[in-house]
Amino acid sequence: MESFFSRFKNVLVLVVVLLVQTIGLAIQVRRPAEIGAPDGKKVTLLRAAVMGALAPIEKLVHGVGYNFRSTWANYIDLRNTRQQNHDLKDEVARLRLEQAQLAEDALQGHRLQTLLNFQRNYVTSTVAAQVIGTSGTDQSRVLYIDKGSADGLKPDQAVMTPDGIVGKIRDAFPHTAQVLLLNDSSSGAGVLLASTRIRAILRGGQGGHVVITNLTPDSRIKPGEKVLTSGGDQVYPRGLNVGTIESIAPDPDHQPYTIIQVKPSTNLFQLEEVLVITGTQGDLPPIAQKDLAQGAAAAKEMAAAKAAADEAAAEAAAQSAAQIIAEKLPSVHEDEQTQAQPGADPTKAPITSPPVPRPTPTLHPDRYTPGATPPASALKPGAEHSVTTYPPGASPASPPRPSQPADQAPAAPTQKPQPKGESPNTDN
Amino acid sequence: MPSLSYTSRRELEEHSFSPAVTILVPIAAIVLQVLLSRLYWRFSMLDLPLIVAIFFAVSRRSPMVGTLTGAAIGLLQDALTGRPIGVNGMAKSVIGYIAASIGIQVDVDSLTTRVLMNFVFSLLNSLILFLIGRRLLGQTLHLQWIQELVRALANSIVAIPVFLLLDTTKRPE
Repeated sequence: MESFFSRFKNVLVLVVVLLVQTIGLAIQVRRPAEIGAPDGKKVTLLRAAVMGALAPIEKLVHGVGYNFRSTWANYIDLRNTRQQNHDLKDEVARLRLEQAQLAEDALQGHRLQTLLNFQRNYVTSTVAAQVIGTSGTDQSRVLYIDKGSADGLKPDQAVMTPDGIVGKIRDAFPHTAQVLLLNDSSSGAGVLLASTRIRAILRGGQGGHVVITNLTPDSRIKPGEKVLTSGGDQVYPRGLNVGTIESIAPDPDHQPYTIIQVKPSTNLFQLEEVLVITGTQGDLPPIAQKDLAQGAAAAKEMAAAKAAADEAAAEAAAQSAAQIIAEKLPSVHEDEQTQAQPGADPTKAPITSPPVPRPTPTLHPDRYTPGATPPASALKPGAEHSVTTYPPGASPASPPRPSQPADQAPAAPTQKPQPKGESPNTDN
Repeated sequence: MPSLSYTSRRELEEHSFSPAVTILVPIAAIVLQVLLSRLYWRFSMLDLPLIVAIFFAVSRRSPMVGTLTGAAIGLLQDALTGRPIGVNGMAKSVIGYIAASIGIQVDVDSLTTRVLMNFVFSLLNSLILFLIGRRLLGQTLHLQWIQELVRALANSIVAIPVFLLLDTTKRPE
């Protein structure tokens, strides 16, 4: 028996080591009820012990590197401060305009949400933390930050940057915390496609990709669509930026589902500082309310200024149209000129209007020729149709005669009575 | 003149290390791995703890010690990840055992052997991790051969200077 153990001691040690680890693995896998949940107490203790030993070294190295980088960056920044200041002022002005435009919509949306008794969580408090380490392997996408439970961090708190969400706290140790990144294979988040409003579950895929795998093909879903948090997972507040859809392909393992690859809005591979969301509330925080009120007031001022400018422009356009019409109607224009300027300065040159076109003189006048018809006052009802009086042959320069009263009208030449029904010009 | 038997050759080429080296080198490898990965994420492809585990296993030429060294390094590595503790521990236990067994029979001091050994063990490590993830943890994984080949190649290249550096920590006979 002794010889058996001494002969196979190496293999036996290997088998025992593997067996113990397999049993430990089985216990750990059974323990967490959900994906990405924190470990059991003993595992957490082991992790805390290892982190307790390694974190000071990581913090020291990070601190040295950070100080060096910040010193260099400060020097570089100082060289361009003036230009940056100018650029930032421009950006602030642009953002104020944007804020004013969005504030009214936001207020209206908030009012509607209140009316519908819509529950929404707003971020009220965050803790800024610096990334001090990683897992060191690409098979587990986790980060270590320099803040822990002593700073109010707890498991399942969302971690984000100004660009979008990053992940969540998986384990919180006294002075460090482990952040499970979105692209870890055990990570998950409830998301909403921004334009189609389709809800989905985001998961970490192989190779550090972020994918949605629980949707069937839908022609409405297109690359470039924004992905936001839905708030349904009770970890990430609703409406935070997640990323954009990069590609859509059929899932070969799970037909008929698709693999929708999402490009995170935050660079998950190069994180320096993050924000941990430590508090949310149902109503807008006071600072946000103040900002919104300011934005709404600015929007009202802008709207009033725009209305005044529109009115002035409309008046100017109306005047311009009247002037154009007046210029195209010479008689009206002349009358208006004389009426509008009764005491106009004669020394000033009058506005010359374009010459009014005159009709060309009639070569062969007939009864339709202007001036040939006697005035209506000279006509008697029931009287015989008299012969049309033709005006004298007018030269091209002579204007048409205005109609005259009957007593001043030239004597019409007597016309030979003609039988009814005959045309006056049918004497041939 | 006594002839060198199989056992005596093994005994002659067994190397020992001071306790400080035995403890600090694996920790340094893990810390360096973490810091390199943070510096540039592509460095997470490397596996410095694996290289160190292979070095100690082939130098000591004891499968039992190799198994225990591999297990300890792997468990430390697991503690830093978000995965269940034991995944890397199991993989590196197996590699430590095999590396020590090979070290008995093959001259592991030549450059070619070292490169080849690291390449093969890196591939084996990836295969074991894949099998543990797929069979024991029930994960949906696909073995990405090209990526694993690149990883193995990178580890082999990095292993050359690391092995030369660690050679200096061997106790003089």
